[in-house]
Amino acid sequence: MRLASGGRIDRGRPIAFTFNDVPLEGFAGDTLASALLANDLRVVTHSITRGRPRGTFTAGIEEPNALVQVGPEPMLRATQVELVDGLGATGLKGRGRAMVTGDGARFDKRYAHCEVLVVGAGSHGTQAALDAAMRGDRVILMDEQNEMGGRSLSERSATSTASTLASLRSFTEVQLLSRTTAFGLYEQNLMLAAERRPDGQRLWQVRAKRVVLATGAHERPLVFANNDRPGVMLAGAVRTYLNRYAVVPGRRAVIFTNNDSTDRLLADLGAVGIEVAAVIDARAGEVVGDTEGDERGITGVIVGGQRIGCDFLCVSGGFNPTVHLFSQVGGRLRYDERLTGFVPDEGPANVTVVGRAAGDFKISVQPTWLIPSADGDYSNHFIDLERDVTVADLRRAVGTGMRSVEHVKRYTTIGTGSDQGKTAGINEAAIVGTLTGQPVGGVGTTTYRPPYVPVSFSLMAGRNRGDLFDPIRITAIHPWHVAHRARFENVGQWKRPSYFPRGDESMEAAVLRECRAAREGVGVMDVSTLGKIDIQGPDALTLLNRLYTNAFDTLPVGMCRYGLLCRADGMVFDDGVVMHLAQDHYLATTTTGGAAAVLDWFEEWLQTEWTDLRVRCTSVTDHWAAIAVVGPRSRDVIAALFPETAVDTRAFPFLAIREGETRGIPVRLHRITFSGELAYELWTPNWYGLALWELVMEAGKPLDIAPYGTEAMHVLRAEKGYIIVGQETDGTITPQDLGMSWIVSKKKDFVGKRSLRRPDTSRADRRQLVGLLPLDGGERLPEGAQLTLEPRNQPPVEMVGHVTSSYRSAALDRTFALALLKAGRDRIGQTVYAPLQDRIVAATVTEPIFWDRENIRRDS
Amino acid sequence: MLVPCPWCGEREDGEFKYGGAAGIAYPAQPEAASDTEWAGYIFHRPNPKGAFQERWYHSAGCRRWFALTRDTVTHRINP
Repeated sequence: MRLASGGRIDRGRPIAFTFNDVPLEGFAGDTLASALLANDLRVVTHSITRGRPRGTFTAGIEEPNALVQVGPEPMLRATQVELVDGLGATGLKGRGRAMVTGDGARFDKRYAHCEVLVVGAGSHGTQAALDAAMRGDRVILMDEQNEMGGRSLSERSATSTASTLASLRSFTEVQLLSRTTAFGLYEQNLMLAAERRPDGQRLWQVRAKRVVLATGAHERPLVFANNDRPGVMLAGAVRTYLNRYAVVPGRRAVIFTNNDSTDRLLADLGAVGIEVAAVIDARAGEVVGDTEGDERGITGVIVGGQRIGCDFLCVSGGFNPTVHLFSQVGGRLRYDERLTGFVPDEGPANVTVVGRAAGDFKISVQPTWLIPSADGDYSNHFIDLERDVTVADLRRAVGTGMRSVEHVKRYTTIGTGSDQGKTAGINEAAIVGTLTGQPVGGVGTTTYRPPYVPVSFSLMAGRNRGDLFDPIRITAIHPWHVAHRARFENVGQWKRPSYFPRGDESMEAAVLRECRAAREGVGVMDVSTLGKIDIQGPDALTLLNRLYTNAFDTLPVGMCRYGLLCRADGMVFDDGVVMHLAQDHYLATTTTGGAAAVLDWFEEWLQTEWTDLRVRCTSVTDHWAAIAVVGPRSRDVIAALFPETAVDTRAFPFLAIREGETRGIPVRLHRITFSGELAYELWTPNWYGLALWELVMEAGKPLDIAPYGTEAMHVLRAEKGYIIVGQETDGTITPQDLGMSWIVSKKKDFVGKRSLRRPDTSRADRRQLVGLLPLDGGERLPEGAQLTLEPRNQPPVEMVGHVTSSYRSAALDRTFALALLKAGRDRIGQTVYAPLQDRIVAATVTEPIFWDRENIRRDS
Repeated sequence: MLVPCPWCGEREDGEFKYGGAAGIAYPAQPEAASDTEWAGYIFHRPNPKGAFQERWYHSAGCRRWFALTRDTVTHRINP
């Protein structure tokens, strides 16, 4: 019922809204909860497991009952939803509905620094902010409500904080943030807070020299039979509705209290002419033992066997200082007998707790934890309203032998609702104590962890979603790929073409065609994404020799050499080509995904171990565009583009580097291959990349040059038995496991070498790289398939390896695979099995090379 | 957590990579090490409760390695 006058609502601005599709009206300044009470709508929802009718129980963030969905946003508290025109809310039975589609809301992030961050804009918080502002500090004051003032807003007149707030507004270095809930306090005073905005939310991450917590206290309910009916409300909440919103939840009240804080409520109800049928005061030995009611809520209370009629019941069981943030950051709590609550004890330096949060308030209270049941039934003595947990549940938990509140919490789910048991926690501790004969202070509280309130994933993500989720890296040639309908895949942050379908060609057909072009004619691939590290200095060679498994002493200027890197544990880490560009000047390529890790690896050794080496490493990945021209006809394309350069294999042999120029574009040519075919890599400064690509396409046109993507590249290199780090390796594979002993120097030391003769790394039955040919050449094994020695798919069966790469090959006209197989090299010629979901595929173990074993094509 | 980079000052820990225990040198003569000694270097690291000498790498900043002492209980750092 709305009172005719009073409150902080704007009666000049009526607001239309709907609740469960029923059109209703409230005023600007209302919350959804106050507007529903003003419309005499007491039942907001039904409880999650028991299905009992429930109404608004509090006036704030601690609300356990009045859960609503507003538009796409689930699990909001009606006590926190500001009434706006057109608002449509529905009551939720303890669970929201996740939205599949976006809700159009905007989520942002703000980072801020200040000397003093104050949480809570009540009388203590505003005063602390003003004191700091007067000292000249940068101050941020945040408060979760739409209006600052804290508890003073629940008084008949809120003047006590109004003047302090007015003073604060005159300081330019003071920022006042209302509607902002501080939900996480972390080390070194990092505060996370959620600001509700008209079009979404903003995440604040504030570093403060000093944090002042003026977070007040939450009122505690009393635990008696049928204490959950609509119309049973916290006494302080009733006062808030009365004075701030000019709303009373009924016409005839009973007050049930164990302390003197309800005296003011009695006065306030009297002032507006609401009848108070009885004040039941536990301090005088009186208790409400039970309530009566119907589907619409409470109709009376039972006191000493006598019924007293009422339509709302105001309860107060004392106050719990709001110590969540203090506790999150490692502050210890102590039970205060005078307040019957936990208060801050020792805490981190630079975190101060003031006001009611610090236990700084006057109260005359008698501990009243559990009102005995008349008939021994405790199944309607509710402690946690959101989770429907009763004293009967606690008795059952304690009956099984549990003593710790943490165990009881997990067994009963008490405190695990979206309200995190803000009205339940201390009653839980006290009743567990009562049932187990422990003092409340000895039982203690469950751990307070962030977040203090539910926080949406959208808020955490902010703008980092969709295209902004992660940086997107594209090559200079990317626009051509897009224009030519390439299908892309993500390789790290890079977009790489995976294949270039012609017409309505399928992926499989396109990849087979692209592979054929590279094997029979000429193909071209954008390989700009390869990591590139420029290495210069008199000790560059020493660095390379110490890190790579193979030696570079014999690599002359103008030549390239494949290199393999191990971690100190001997496991393969990355690979690439090292180019000797000039005296004391090398360039090492890395895998596309490994570029940053390899540079970091080089830097780690240079900075922490070999500080005497005179060498500098620089990432030049983005400096160069790189184009691989691949296939038996590639020489024709290179000859056409570089008429000045001798391209016959004697003048420009495998692994040689040449400098050239085509139509004014400077190009470095490398005769290197990742397909096993005759091939050239053309490098040009990045801004020439697209132009050079177009020249290559033009020169290759008479030969039907085919651009190809990562799919064909994978097939071509696997046919040739070239590994991909991260596909054939997984951090547990040595060079020997890969059959690459040929690249492991026996003469020099390198990082990882000693590990290769550890007993485990030198075992004969390690997993080793092999080839697999399925007996049925049309069957393509799934990558990751487990391998067995017997054709069994029922456990127990020993799994002896797995498929690492598997393709359909145009050159072989059949499928093939690479696999890591236990003692694999000893099993060449044998049959292994891949038990799949619906069948078992048999395959012959082979050498891990299927194409041009003699390297005739590569060197031609 | 704020990590004090000797070059850039205090920065959020997200800018850094953690490098584990400090002061563990690469053995001068790896080939002379027994299997047990080598496994000790490769795999075994101290994990004390309390003061811990450790390495950090300012990977998203100046890209320099440095060492500091952190209390593993309180996260208090002494550069």
